[in-house]
Amino acid sequence: MTTPAPDSRPGPSRAEVCVVACAEAWRGDGTILASPMGLIPTLGARLAQLTFAPDLLLTDGEAHLLAPEPANGNRVTEGWLPYRSVFTMVAAGRRHVMMGAAQLDRFGNQNISCIGDWARPRAQLLGVRGAPGNTVNHPVSYWVPRHARRVFAERVDMVSGVGYDRAAALDPRAARFHELRVVVTNLAVLDFQTPDHGMRLRSAHPGVTAGDVTAATGFPLAVPGEVPVTRLPTAQELALIRDRLDPAGLRDREIP
Amino acid sequence: MSADDVAGELRSGMTVGIGGWGSRRKPMALVRAILRSGLRDLDIVSYGGPDVGLLIAGGHVRRVVCGFVSLDTIALEPHFRRARQRGTVELTELDEGMLHWGLLAAAHRLPFLPIRAGLGSDVPRVNPELRTVRSPYADGEELIAMPALRLDAALIHLNRADAAGNGQYLGPDPYFDDLFCLAAGRAYLSCERIVPTASLLESGPPQSLLVNRAMVDGVVEAPGGAHFTSCAPDYGRDEAFQARYAAAAADPAGWQRFRAAYLAGDEASYQRAVRRFTGSRAGASEPAAAP
Repeated sequence: MTTPAPDSRPGPSRAEVCVVACAEAWRGDGTILASPMGLIPTLGARLAQLTFAPDLLLTDGEAHLLAPEPANGNRVTEGWLPYRSVFTMVAAGRRHVMMGAAQLDRFGNQNISCIGDWARPRAQLLGVRGAPGNTVNHPVSYWVPRHARRVFAERVDMVSGVGYDRAAALDPRAARFHELRVVVTNLAVLDFQTPDHGMRLRSAHPGVTAGDVTAATGFPLAVPGEVPVTRLPTAQELALIRDRLDPAGLRDREIP
Repeated sequence: MSADDVAGELRSGMTVGIGGWGSRRKPMALVRAILRSGLRDLDIVSYGGPDVGLLIAGGHVRRVVCGFVSLDTIALEPHFRRARQRGTVELTELDEGMLHWGLLAAAHRLPFLPIRAGLGSDVPRVNPELRTVRSPYADGEELIAMPALRLDAALIHLNRADAAGNGQYLGPDPYFDDLFCLAAGRAYLSCERIVPTASLLESGPPQSLLVNRAMVDGVVEAPGGAHFTSCAPDYGRDEAFQARYAAAAADPAGWQRFRAAYLAGDEASYQRAVRRFTGSRAGASEPAAAP
């Protein structure tokens, strides 16, 4: 079987752009535990570990820490991380998680608990899980596969992950480890690098306009005059995603 | 003792902690024994999975104390979901780390332990009894004072144990089963197989002996006792059966049929019905898989 020349393959799909945007969230983090929730963030974290962030630690979703996958695809366990140790890594700050969000507001308050009145919710979701502890202990990013006003809401119904306004209201000593890094969606990459830590459009994915993003966002979004385009995967990244990390193409089913 | 003996030692209104995590290594045979009991108004403390869902469906639960309830591969637990949306179950919603700390405080016989998790979130809003505590040292930092989660009883499921209550896990994660036992007035351990004490180290190293007999009050041999949750390496999660459970739970008529098919009899009849389910899926030519 011959390998097609790189330029004979189709260009990057939206899902592949999202994988790379998720990977970028962990750039420069050094030797910490990367905890991606969901398929696209998981592909992103593994891609980061295989390329520009080889020091990242990753689990198999259970209690094994897996070393960067050798080219032969064999699984190499480099450590043991049961839930009790994950909690200790959280409290020690040696972690950067990318969580999902049913609701996310302008200051990054996140809800994964329930929709509606907490006392008798319209829709019970997972519960707050580890979001309260994660957000006051170590860097947190978010992944939203469907950028919509329903998610990017004026207010969230049950603050699970703590946003910048809530963190600012805390004792500064309690909030000193709070840091929301990026929000990656199917349309764009967002961050909180504004004077008041309100959410900002950092880059729009190829083919997406700033207007597309603001129209799908339920609160005023800070938009720079020139909106950068989210970077494309390199040929090496594309080959890794397609041939090693997700040969079945599950990514393109999650993000068509 | 038997699973029904364990249920017989519990009382309505008790606070019961359940080990495992989500849909992993849950003491399901002990949970099924509670389903056959007349126990009511239990407060359940759990890293919640189908244990919570089944007990709610059976009408045994007053309050759930948890950070989540999930079937792992099926994100949302249908019975928990419906009960919350109908307002038929009370909830103490905590961060996962707070639950850990509450169990650790109870195990250590401390009134509380300080933790940063919860600050700034809505967890204090929905738990107005939560208090903060200020560090008495120079830093003066304010933290959540997570109260001890004292349990009347704990239920856990392990791979092996001896008859005295020395218990062994052989899978990848101990979860918090040792803390559940130490936080409880009485702790009950079910296991895949009871083995002679001298044989325990044939299956795993000394550090796999998660609980000792000072932490356990009763041992039940329950092969397949975590079904349909995972009990690695003895068996994985029965995904087909879990999907059947979740689909049945989605509507009342479906749930009545599920109850009649699987939960109307004792543990042996449950395991037989599961083998029939597995056999019917595998086709007549293949033997049914052992649980």
